[in-house]
Amino acid sequence: MTGEPHRLDEGALRVLVPQVLAGLVRRGEDFDAAEDALQEALLEALRVWPDAPPRDPRAWLTTVASRRLVDARRSETARLRREETTYAEPRPLAPEEGDDTLFLLFCCCHPELPPASQVALTLRAVGGLTTREIADAFYVPEATMAQRISRAKRSLHGRRLERPGDLAVVLRVLYLAYTTGHVGRVGLAAEAIRLARQLTLATDEPEARGLLALMLLNHARLPARLDAEGRIVPLDRQDRALWDTREIAEGVRVLQSALAMQADERPPGRYQIEAAIAALHDDARSADETAWPQILAWYDDLVALTAHPVRQDPAAVLGRAVAVGHVLGAAAGLRETDRLRDVLGGRHRWHAVRGHLHELDGDPEAAAVAYAEAARLATNVAERDHLVRQAAGARAAVAGRGAELPADPQPLP
Amino acid sequence: MPKYLLLKHYRGGPEQHRPFPPMDQWEPADVEAHFAFLRHVNEMLEKSGELVDVQALTPAQTWVRYGGPDSAPVTTEGPHPETSDLVAGWYLVDVESHERAVELASYISSEPGPGGGPLCEWIDVREVMSH
Repeated sequence: MTGEPHRLDEGALRVLVPQVLAGLVRRGEDFDAAEDALQEALLEALRVWPDAPPRDPRAWLTTVASRRLVDARRSETARLRREETTYAEPRPLAPEEGDDTLFLLFCCCHPELPPASQVALTLRAVGGLTTREIADAFYVPEATMAQRISRAKRSLHGRRLERPGDLAVVLRVLYLAYTTGHVGRVGLAAEAIRLARQLTLATDEPEARGLLALMLLNHARLPARLDAEGRIVPLDRQDRALWDTREIAEGVRVLQSALAMQADERPPGRYQIEAAIAALHDDARSADETAWPQILAWYDDLVALTAHPVRQDPAAVLGRAVAVGHVLGAAAGLRETDRLRDVLGGRHRWHAVRGHLHELDGDPEAAAVAYAEAARLATNVAERDHLVRQAAGARAAVAGRGAELPADPQPLP
Repeated sequence: MPKYLLLKHYRGGPEQHRPFPPMDQWEPADVEAHFAFLRHVNEMLEKSGELVDVQALTPAQTWVRYGGPDSAPVTTEGPHPETSDLVAGWYLVDVESHERAVELASYISSEPGPGGGPLCEWIDVREVMSH
């Protein structure tokens, strides 16, 4: 120690959360009560550790959480007094950290919980985020999120929490946390990546690696996705120098290891395929150098994963239509979208894809109409504003006019 | 301090002071100027400590009513008459006075429109009842 006040490493503290919680749940504590006790222990740690850092933080948290559990039980009923000493002594825990993460993820992603609760519980119990942080990320009041979390915990009450759970649900929950983080204020995307990385240590399932690769390969482009004013910059206009090459390299490595682990008789799953598509975009030095034929081949695989892709995976069929437009020509891409109109014609993304393909086709007039309709149907403000800009830009192109910079607004006195 | 809801409408309210085409038909520079002004209003209200909430609504509207004990909810999704009211979004502000709410609404209504001049859109100012 340097004599300076000891600074709490919150990252290190959060890594301990799932380990301690898994230890408590494994020895038979109720998930609900154990999670509450651990939250209290964490608050205590924030108060005490700066002055008196423990030698073994994990054992400290386990001991304090165990005492809290005893206190809770004591206040509930005096009959359990006999057991106090047993519970107050932490039992030695096996250092199976990866395993702990997986176990807890299966608890939090219990298939009977609604998706919003699965995500919230995962971020709190495995990610160690506070209720306030999770509430901010989902733009709901803290009291609402607290209620959602405690309802989720109550519905786990008394259930047998043991493996194996449904890994597909866990992957979906982590991806939902990641995509929420893309639009939200809090660093949920980074948190989802951290959890996915832990998950890959705990399971050999190639799709877990596929998901991690997909997140990394998308996250690498995040710095270029919005300009200084918060405006969306589409992929083909992004400054590729802003992409995180280290993250791309890691994503590609993780994807390769996933594909190598994939058994020959089983085709790669959706996360590996989407990661492969992301990797091909990341790999192009300019938009013109994008390997569209390879991207189209992966989209063919993606679409083949579901029996009714138009209904079950609209994002895949629309992505494929764009790839068709780039490989076989805009007219061919538009013909693809024609086939999707009956089912997807009411979605903003269908119109946005049409706008893109009409532009590619050199028809700004049709592009403007499609973008304007997409803007009307959009449900995200940044996306809506982007589509309005695209429409106005296409209309200006029809008239042969260019865009000029706006004047600064006059301030209110 | 009283709270006011400053509502913007897709349609409804008094006759437009200065009729204008939908924004996707404006010059790109005018679109940018408009969005820049909206960002500026948000920042200004945050800095002044008056902003409680700002939200935008999609134009899709579904009317729903109870359909009876053994029936599904009754819904109508339009199209609704062109004269009917359709809210587009709001600023919820916490201000000193009704005068300040009116001042803010007027400023919001000065947002630049096509050609750069003020849009003079009607803003619906509603006081929120306190508890």
